[in-house]
Amino acid sequence: MGVPLVQVRDIAMKYHSPEGEILALDGVTLDVDKGDFISVVGPSGCGKSTLLNIIAGLVRPTRGVVTIDGRPVEGVSSLVGYMPQTDQLFEWRTVWKNAILGLEVQNKLTAEKKEFVQSLLARYGLWEFRNAFPRQLSGGMRQRAALIRTLATDPQILLLDEAFSALDYQTRLVVSDEVKDIIVQERKTAILVTHDIAEAISMADKVAVLTRRPGRIKAVHDIVLTCAERTPIKCREAPEFRDYFNAIWKELDIHAG
Amino acid sequence: MQVKDAAMSPEHRAYLRSLRRKRRNIAAARVLLLVALLLLWEVGANLGWVNPFITSQPSGIVRTIANLYRDGELFRHIGVTVYETVVGFTLGTLLGTAIAVVLWWWEGLAKVLEPYLVVLNSLPKISLGPIIIVWIGSGSAAIIVMALLVSVVVTILGVYSGFAQVHPDRIKLLRSFGASKGQILLKAILPGSIPTVVSALKINVGLSWVGVIVGEFLVSKAGLGYLAVYGGQVFRLNLVMTSVIILAIAAALMYQAVVFLEKLFTRWQQ
Ligand SMILES: Nc1ncnc2c1ncn2[C@@H]1O[C@H](COP(=O)(O)OP(=O)(O)OP(=O)(O)O)[C@@H](O)[C@H]1O
Ligand SMILES: [Mg+2]
Repeated sequence: MGVPLVQVRDIAMKYHSPEGEILALDGVTLDVDKGDFISVVGPSGCGKSTLLNIIAGLVRPTRGVVTIDGRPVEGVSSLVGYMPQTDQLFEWRTVWKNAILGLEVQNKLTAEKKEFVQSLLARYGLWEFRNAFPRQLSGGMRQRAALIRTLATDPQILLLDEAFSALDYQTRLVVSDEVKDIIVQERKTAILVTHDIAEAISMADKVAVLTRRPGRIKAVHDIVLTCAERTPIKCREAPEFRDYFNAIWKELDIHAG
Repeated sequence: MQVKDAAMSPEHRAYLRSLRRKRRNIAAARVLLLVALLLLWEVGANLGWVNPFITSQPSGIVRTIANLYRDGELFRHIGVTVYETVVGFTLGTLLGTAIAVVLWWWEGLAKVLEPYLVVLNSLPKISLGPIIIVWIGSGSAAIIVMALLVSVVVTILGVYSGFAQVHPDRIKLLRSFGASKGQILLKAILPGSIPTVVSALKINVGLSWVGVIVGEFLVSKAGLGYLAVYGGQVFRLNLVMTSVIILAIAAALMYQAVVFLEKLFTRWQQ
């Protein structure tokens, strides 16, 4: 497959505050190939968000480098789309205005791009809601709107930080199906951070397990599931699912105990 | 209404009927209370239960209003006071918001100024009246500055803390699109704070009335505050009562106007 699209090399991150210093990450190394969907699981507070922020170029690591497409990350880049833990749709903007936020900021709101966003909204069932305000949408629709906002600037890599944690369990399952489907259709590379093992396995081609703080990669699992339809909900019934779950559970437990 | 008339159960219809009856009764009681009070006042004054020289009386107030109107004075005084108040709270809100933006932009400055703002906020701004008169003179400008001062510090503190409540994820999202600090301000911070600014506006309306009336008490040759003070000095209680009543009506109307403005600006919340 050649050179990985994203290379994380020996990343360390130290935070300083009057109370003291916290080593959040210590020597994280990870490769993500083009088109891969990789989940990163880890106990709460182990530095998952920090890792995503570093890959997104929002935060500079204390040590180590991240390269994307062979170039070291030195700031935010239009190759990367970042989705925070909460959907952060702007309440006063309509779905349409929310979807074009990134293009507006980047001054790239051309007729061609507008058409692209229109087609995204149409393809993923939000076109009729383009003039609705976020509070009129269901949890799942909000998440789709947030995803389309990220896709609008056409990034190669999507970074999802516990993107579904604000949703109730059932919505969460449906939305992870929808999001996975969209990401596959749009041929994006994705890194999903979560502390939900089942979610991590069901959505991804690979699961990386982080240790307790300071976060380090403990193991990387290639996920191969035999199921008729490769959707996150259906995949949970695959015979191998349980084995992956138990293995990862153990890896997390050793260091959380 | 979600339920169509035909589909409505008799109990629900009875419930709605009793609800309407209750509302009607309350409205009627309100009007009756006002009429009764005015009647009691008028009759009491005529029969000598109270001294109309000190308490004034409704018929006297109506006469005073008619006289003022005939002389063309009524709307001049109302106009002056309303003008000073509107300009005062608008400027107070705008200036307060602008200063909050400056403090947001330079966080260090905000830290430095924090204790000063806290002290200024607890200071009764009215006590600055004499200083303002010395510095600015005794015209409308001094009164407007008074109204502005009463509201500006509260606005700075309220709006600034509104800015600080914008979710850090929201700022991170914008930064991930490559947004500059100015874009973050214009796209997220300011529009997100419109509800805070409007609720500051609501408080400022009330505060500005206080500033304006006190200002008119101190200086000025026109306005409702001036009328009230003048009426008191020459012992024309009709004039005092008239200005207080007009003031009450004007203040209530202005408050409603701001509430309407609030609805207009926060349509996305409904
Ligand atoms: N800006 C910061 N300043 C100081 N400490 C921080 C900062 N950001 C994160 N930390 C600390 O670094 C550690 C890792 O934080 P991070 O948010 O990356 O973890 P996480 O795995 O995403 O946690 P969660 O599961 O709660 O989302 C935590 O202990 C946190 O308190
Ligand atoms: Mg996190």
